[in-house]
Amino acid sequence: MKNPLMKNATSLSLRIPTPKARPGDPADLSHVNPPPAGETPRPDVSASAHDMRDMAFKLVRVLNDAGEAVGPWNPALDAQTLRRGLRVMLLTRAFDDRMYRMQRQGKTSFYMKSTGEEAIPTAAALALEKDDMCFTSYRQQAILFARDYPLVTMMNQIYSNAADPNRGRQMPVHYSAKQYGFFSISGNLATQVPQAVGWAMASAYKKDNRIACTFVGDGATAEGDFHQAMTFASVYHAPVIINVVNNQWAISSFQGIAGGDETTFAARAIGYGVPPLRVDGNDFLAVYGAIAWAAERARTNMGPTLIEHYTYRVEGHSTSDDPTRYRPAEEPRRWPLGDPVERLKQHLIVIGEWSDARHKALEKEVAEEVKTAAKEAEAIGTLGQSRPSVKEMFEDVYKEQPWHLRRQRQELGT
Amino acid sequence: MATMTMIQALNNAMDTMLAKDPDVLIFGEDVGYFGGVFRATDGLQKKHGITRCFDAPIAESGIVAAAIGMAAYGLRPVIEIQFADYIYPGYDQIVSEAARLRYRSAGDFTAPLTLRSPYGGGIFGGQTHSQSPEALFTHVAGLKTVIPSNPYDAKGLLISAIEDDDPVIFFEPKRLYSGRFDGWHEKPVETWSAHPASDVPEGYYNVPLGKAAIAREGQAVTVLAYGTMVHVALAAAEFAKIDAEVIDLRTLVPLDIETIVASVNKTGRCVVVHEATRTSGFGAELSALVQEHCFWKLEAPIERVAGWDTPYPHAFEWEYFPGPKRVAAALTRTLEA
Ligand SMILES: Cc1ncc(C[n+]2csc(CCOP(=O)(O)OP(=O)(O)O)c2C)c(N)n1
Ligand SMILES: [Mg+2]
Repeated sequence: MKNPLMKNATSLSLRIPTPKARPGDPADLSHVNPPPAGETPRPDVSASAHDMRDMAFKLVRVLNDAGEAVGPWNPALDAQTLRRGLRVMLLTRAFDDRMYRMQRQGKTSFYMKSTGEEAIPTAAALALEKDDMCFTSYRQQAILFARDYPLVTMMNQIYSNAADPNRGRQMPVHYSAKQYGFFSISGNLATQVPQAVGWAMASAYKKDNRIACTFVGDGATAEGDFHQAMTFASVYHAPVIINVVNNQWAISSFQGIAGGDETTFAARAIGYGVPPLRVDGNDFLAVYGAIAWAAERARTNMGPTLIEHYTYRVEGHSTSDDPTRYRPAEEPRRWPLGDPVERLKQHLIVIGEWSDARHKALEKEVAEEVKTAAKEAEAIGTLGQSRPSVKEMFEDVYKEQPWHLRRQRQELGT
Repeated sequence: MATMTMIQALNNAMDTMLAKDPDVLIFGEDVGYFGGVFRATDGLQKKHGITRCFDAPIAESGIVAAAIGMAAYGLRPVIEIQFADYIYPGYDQIVSEAARLRYRSAGDFTAPLTLRSPYGGGIFGGQTHSQSPEALFTHVAGLKTVIPSNPYDAKGLLISAIEDDDPVIFFEPKRLYSGRFDGWHEKPVETWSAHPASDVPEGYYNVPLGKAAIAREGQAVTVLAYGTMVHVALAAAEFAKIDAEVIDLRTLVPLDIETIVASVNKTGRCVVVHEATRTSGFGAELSALVQEHCFWKLEAPIERVAGWDTPYPHAFEWEYFPGPKRVAAALTRTLEA
């Protein structure tokens, strides 16, 4: 008789993961079951990666539904720092809204918002030292706001105008700001992650005390570069924080296409012997607590941490995208972990350090700040109205311009 | 017959092959439910089923490698790399594996896969949505490289690529997807429907690989072009009022050397154009071949018009893009030489 376990007992079938809901279906986020705030334990920063495995399947949360900060991950920040975080998030949102509109008006070619994800880069920037180097994707612009990078310079980059620090060479939102601990953004996904590990190794080699902090999307964790980064970070105990921003979507692909249905992104760390943390990414305090934990670990020569930030991409991927073509239009509003700005605002009010009136005033203040910067940038010029001199197209290809580039420049007549 | 844009013709080619051959399947980033960021696979998942056209993880190396494995099994995978600029993580799998599988196993295993990818500039995509990396593939033994310039050819060539038993790199000039862009960027783009090549048969047909087309007959000078640059060359000939013969190569490897040699022997002059950077570009190969085959008939040095040897810069789209004026100047120089 044929062994039923032998081949051809049943024929094989190819599995393709699909999201629970598509346009026309009601949003279904029943798989998102956040534990109550305060429940997830906080291991000592010296905990071994082995003892940390469970953390890959928990969720670090500090802010409860009532807006109180509870549990062991509460970083116990003073009101001034909390208000600073709120301001940076609001500024980011105001900036995003304005630049999105400018793209829609044809004033630049492209823009990417970070709506709903502002707590992650904001809290990270505030929990790090200003000279720690950040290797980000295109959705962590809040780090620049948190580090007081001039808004007008960001706009000049977006407009590729004569004052663009990248000299018109990069698409909008691909900032570079070494003095602000912000590595040049690449359009090629995940390339920055192993580079951050290398920077961290260099810092360790030089007996420096700076660490590196890198961000990558859920979708881009599929790239080989992410996995190479994990191996190098683990092997060399690099002082680096590797953040996976799981905003559920990678353009039109839900996180299951990146393997998120089978396990958590934090659990990627287990195979590499790196400690994992999994955090409510819409909870400013939880993100702050997690980054501070990982930073302390890195600074004391205990090596890397992988943090999955569980969040939601509220807007389209970019100005080239229409998310209602692939997900229910109401899905963003149904996200069970709320809005990071609203949650921090509520907390500040609960602790008696904020009010609706002050919030309104702050919203107005940041909108004014964006408007003033926009006026200044637009006076220099939007895309096509103003730009660096054409001869700069041939510069910085090499340190010294070789003969063939000189000749090409002359041929163009610049 | 139907009137199709290039993107519709490509979609129709895949639709035709999915229906014709159960071993054809399509995957790549965002190609499934959504139908691709340029809509090339729009509707194919719905029509043919989720295992025939599906989303891939963002891992170009994995996409190419999985296609090699499927092709080795006996399928005919058609994969999309979202932009040619993102092909590099898959380069090792293409060069070291797909290209050499037949050779190293003496035909024991083969990799009949088709890799489609939008390439080229003209969309303010900056350095990561504008590149023309074809020479990185024409340089590799074992790969075929195909670049269509109009809807009719796009469908026929893609069908030939899918049916070909070797790995084919199929670069699609994204600036031509929805209209016939000829480099005059200030003028409105001509719709494809105004062009005879938008008449596309709805069923199966093919355009053979390795055969060039003469896009414009002429006596004064031969222009070798492919993709968007075919239309730029035509515009340049008109602008310079030069009776150029414009050859649309269609396939770079294997190259239709007969058509090229016959034309240059007739005109005695040759201008080679491409969007890709000049140094070690495919134009260098074309120029060397013309020199080898037609030296005694040449009346002027062969000219190359190409992208500058810099990354593709966002703010300088039209200074970088080798438009009709630059091509026309080269045509004039060649005639005056
Ligand atoms: C190597 C590479 N492949 C593909 C792309 C095209 N692309 C740009 S963003 C994106 C989706 C990324 O999703 P995710 O990593 O989840 O980040 P998110 O946009 O959600 O922040 C894709 C496929 C790219 N930029 N680089
Ligand atoms: Mg994502």
